[in-house]
Amino acid sequence: MIKLSNIDKWYGAFHTLKDCSVNVSRGEVLVICGPSGSGKSTLIKCVNGLEPFQGGEITVDGVSVGAAGTNLPRLRARIGMVFQNFELYPHMSVLENICLAQLKVLKRPRDEAEARAFALLERVGLKDHARKLPSQLSGGQQQRVAIARALAMDPIAMLFDEPTSALDPEMINEVLEVMVQLAQEGMTMMVVTHEMGFARKVADRVVFMDQGEVVEDAATDQFFSAPKSDRAKSFLSRILQHV
Amino acid sequence: MKDLELIVDSMPFLLQGLGLSLLLAALAAAGGIMMAVVLALLRLSSNRFLSGAAAVYVNFFRSMPLILVIFWFFFLVPMVIGRPVGSFYSALIAFTLFEAAHYTEIIRAGILSVSRGQGWAAAATGLTYGQSLRHVILPQAFRNMTPLLLTQGIILFQDTSLVFVVSLSDFLTTVTIVARNEGRLVSMYVFAALVYFALCFAASRVVGGLQKKAIR
Ligand SMILES: Nc1ncnc2c1ncn2[C@@H]1O[C@H](COP(=O)(O)OP(=O)(O)O)[C@@H](O)[C@H]1O
Ligand SMILES: [Mg+2]
Repeated sequence: MIKLSNIDKWYGAFHTLKDCSVNVSRGEVLVICGPSGSGKSTLIKCVNGLEPFQGGEITVDGVSVGAAGTNLPRLRARIGMVFQNFELYPHMSVLENICLAQLKVLKRPRDEAEARAFALLERVGLKDHARKLPSQLSGGQQQRVAIARALAMDPIAMLFDEPTSALDPEMINEVLEVMVQLAQEGMTMMVVTHEMGFARKVADRVVFMDQGEVVEDAATDQFFSAPKSDRAKSFLSRILQHV
Repeated sequence: MKDLELIVDSMPFLLQGLGLSLLLAALAAAGGIMMAVVLALLRLSSNRFLSGAAAVYVNFFRSMPLILVIFWFFFLVPMVIGRPVGSFYSALIAFTLFEAAHYTEIIRAGILSVSRGQGWAAAATGLTYGQSLRHVILPQAFRNMTPLLLTQGIILFQDTSLVFVVSLSDFLTTVTIVARNEGRLVSMYVFAALVYFALCFAASRVVGGLQKKAIR
């Protein structure tokens, strides 16, 4: 469903992504990990065209992201995205956050949009917080609202960029639980994360990136039991020694 | 006491002047801010020609004395549209175009003060650039820059005293006329100073309150 073929991207003279190819099939959960600065955020932002790329091709559900004629807003409306810093709109209530794109992009009637918002808030355990401002919620709660906001568009796939990295440790699980549930329901997901417990539990495949390259792309079991590259091995030993 | 009587007696005339000053300032602020939003977006555009053109506009008007701009438009506008428009409209156009340049820099900073992630989040849900500006970016930008916009508005109000050069009767002009006719220069100018001070002090208290709110 998501197909990245030989993606090259430069920031000025800096070669950020080098010939990256990744596929995610329908219903598959892909975890992307790698050291800071390796290009994970950049790669995932290319998938919905938030970052332009200079070489290669990305298609989502058969639609080319980079092609000149593509209606990017329409494509993005079908792909949910969750950011490290939540990025809820601080001047709107939780309910408004979840309704905005439903009203303006999908043109849903307000009562329908609100009903959908309440159903999703219930699902992420925040039904009583609909009228609050994001700043009145904890980080974990804000991130669950952000997931609800993305799901309200009935996306065909979800992108997560380090959704738990900005959270206090005690809030990580409440967010991961929502994501695990999504994965088990068959959502197509691309998740940048260092939560290896999450990867083991629900990922079908793990991609390891380093210095702008896809160094390893393996089935989850294989990635953890027998990583092929030395770079992935040393990364894993560094990150897993704390677990 | 005689001074107070004089002020009360000339109040209708003085209020006319004050009304003109306030009307001119309010209309120029509204028009200037609307224009400045467009200019700020052009300034921020990745198209070099558009951002360059907006920069030339802003820097040009920011380097001109306002009184010169008022003069120009007094002579220029009738020439361009082929008939006299009256000093009020030529002054309004001059103020609007001039203030737009000053507001542009404030609004540009306001837009830049909204984090990039907000634009990403809005775009990621399928909002178009225009929708994301309208519903996500600009509301936050305006909230951050309201104090500066009001401060600029106070300056604008004070600057309306320059329109005497195109023989408009703003507040200060009406005060001067009364002062000269009645030979009461000192007391009338003290009165004018008090009115300016009271209005601007009230406005800056509002600004201060908003700034405190913004910090919270
Ligand atoms: N807007 C930008 N301009 C220039 N360089 C950038 C920009 N964004 C990211 N980079 C660089 O690209 C590289 C990859 O960044 P990023 O994708 O954020 O890495 P990761 O998410 O894996 O930590 C880093 O070296 C970073 O400094
Ligand atoms: Mg990152």
